Amino acid sequence: MIESILVEGLIYGIMVLGVFITFRVLDFPDLTVDGSFPLGAALMVQGILLGMNGWLALLIAFIGGVLAGVVTALIHNHLKVPNLLAGILTMTMLYSINIRILGNRANVPVIDQKTLLSDVSSRLSGLIPDEYILLVFFVVVALGIKLLVDLFFHTDLGMTISAMGNNEQMVVSQGINPKTLKTIGLALSNGLVAVSGAFAAQYLGFADVGLGQGIIISGLASVMIGEFLVRKSNHIGVLTLCALAGSILFHAVMYVGRYYGYVIQMTPNDLNLIKGLLIIILLVLTQSRKLNMAAIKAMVQK
Amino acid sequence: MIAIKNVSVIFNQGTVNENQALRDINLNIKEGDFITIIGSNGAGKSTLFNLIAGTITPAVGSIHASGRTITREPEYKRAQYIGRIFQNPLLGTASNMSLEDNMMITYRKGFKWLKRSLNSKMREYFRSELVQLKMGLEQRMKENLVMFSGGQRQALTLLMMVLSKPSLILLDEHTAALDPKNAEIVLELTDKFIREFKLTSMMITHNMSHAIEYGNRLLMMDQGEIIFDVSGDAKKELTVEKLIDKFHELRHRGFENDRALLSD
Repeated sequence: MIESILVEGLIYGIMVLGVFITFRVLDFPDLTVDGSFPLGAALMVQGILLGMNGWLALLIAFIGGVLAGVVTALIHNHLKVPNLLAGILTMTMLYSINIRILGNRANVPVIDQKTLLSDVSSRLSGLIPDEYILLVFFVVVALGIKLLVDLFFHTDLGMTISAMGNNEQMVVSQGINPKTLKTIGLALSNGLVAVSGAFAAQYLGFADVGLGQGIIISGLASVMIGEFLVRKSNHIGVLTLCALAGSILFHAVMYVGRYYGYVIQMTPNDLNLIKGLLIIILLVLTQSRKLNMAAIKAMVQK
Repeated sequence: MIAIKNVSVIFNQGTVNENQALRDINLNIKEGDFITIIGSNGAGKSTLFNLIAGTITPAVGSIHASGRTITREPEYKRAQYIGRIFQNPLLGTASNMSLEDNMMITYRKGFKWLKRSLNSKMREYFRSELVQLKMGLEQRMKENLVMFSGGQRQALTLLMMVLSKPSLILLDEHTAALDPKNAEIVLELTDKFIREFKLTSMMITHNMSHAIEYGNRLLMMDQGEIIFDVSGDAKKELTVEKLIDKFHELRHRGFENDRALLSD
């Protein structure tokens, strides 16, 4: 049980890193995620079925996600479409594209195929107890991606992108086109989301067009749980680690809901309601914590 | 260096709210000029800055920089050689980032690549520059700018802008949102940097005595026109009373808030 929560949390954690970049760093609520997650899954599954090298298929999935992000950025930047709507447009179009990629089918299994994960399992079997192989693999992959994201936001380009989320005028005053920065941020974010989708498809054993439904809500809830873990930090390494931890905790809650929900007459269909309520509760808690902090400050100043 | 030729700006053209913000403006900004600009609200001062900075494009006329036509060049491209400070001290810096990160971002203009330039050498350089502000900021390089006062942030914006060596700087009432003491400090720093680095600059102010005290040239604006342009010795002889009389003489009506200005 605990391994599957951790593995799921880490796989979806890569997506949460992407959501963190758009929602928190760029300040761009990007809904493309609901389409780019199954896009990554579809590209990966089709790659496997075509007998491609697993890593190459993963790279293609990443590039597919990048392109999806670029499309949203182009719609937003050049047609002056509000950011939410631009994401919804791309997401809607991706639904059809994903079905096309899957060969006009809504669900394609890869359970009996040789995937990246089965490859890794066979290589590591014997070295590590079988039940922990995937866990170790995904700890390495998720932390590796987290470190790359940290590194990116420490470069001059990454710092400028963070500054834009803070203050767009400042970036313009530095002679940089904010549209370019938004495009780069959205591309990176959706690339990560697609990679997450690619791993999820292999883990679940299939790609499904409905895989992305409500993914953005899961991502956002994870980011918010993560933020609840630290009081305040602007250190990117801490924030990305919290995003991963938030994803694991979120999947723990979902796991409990899925397997023990029957106790309170809950069915898996109620999970979306739970996700939404979780976000609302988190918002209320964050608000009251802010108020408490302000009250304490006022007391101290007296 | 920068020339504005026959420029008019009209907002909401063709509607009932049509408003001519600038009327047939001609202005030649020479290298080394420090121009102060006064005028009542709605005179077109900020519109003039928006025009030079590229935030808006004129309906009629053209703008030239060192012989190049830049009328349609977007704001972010002009920002490579035009620096601007706003009245709101929060607009020049990123609140949720540290002082050193902010300085690194503004150190060089233009697109940044995947390189990590912030190292101990850069930090040492930033520290030595920050000392000039005499605000003790060199001890607080890792702190978030949210912790700093408006005056400190405006002084920092000014320093960062000067370090990027722009060919023209636009100061849009950059001390108006600060308390009197900080406003004084920032204004003195501004004057010091402009002299030291021989910067070509334009400054909008609501304070007539500041407009007279600083700079080598003064523009008075009213209803979208430059009604008075004085420089050199003629400017040195100006007083607040003479300026108000000049306004009466030119427009045959009182300066909108002359009592408020005189009480300064």
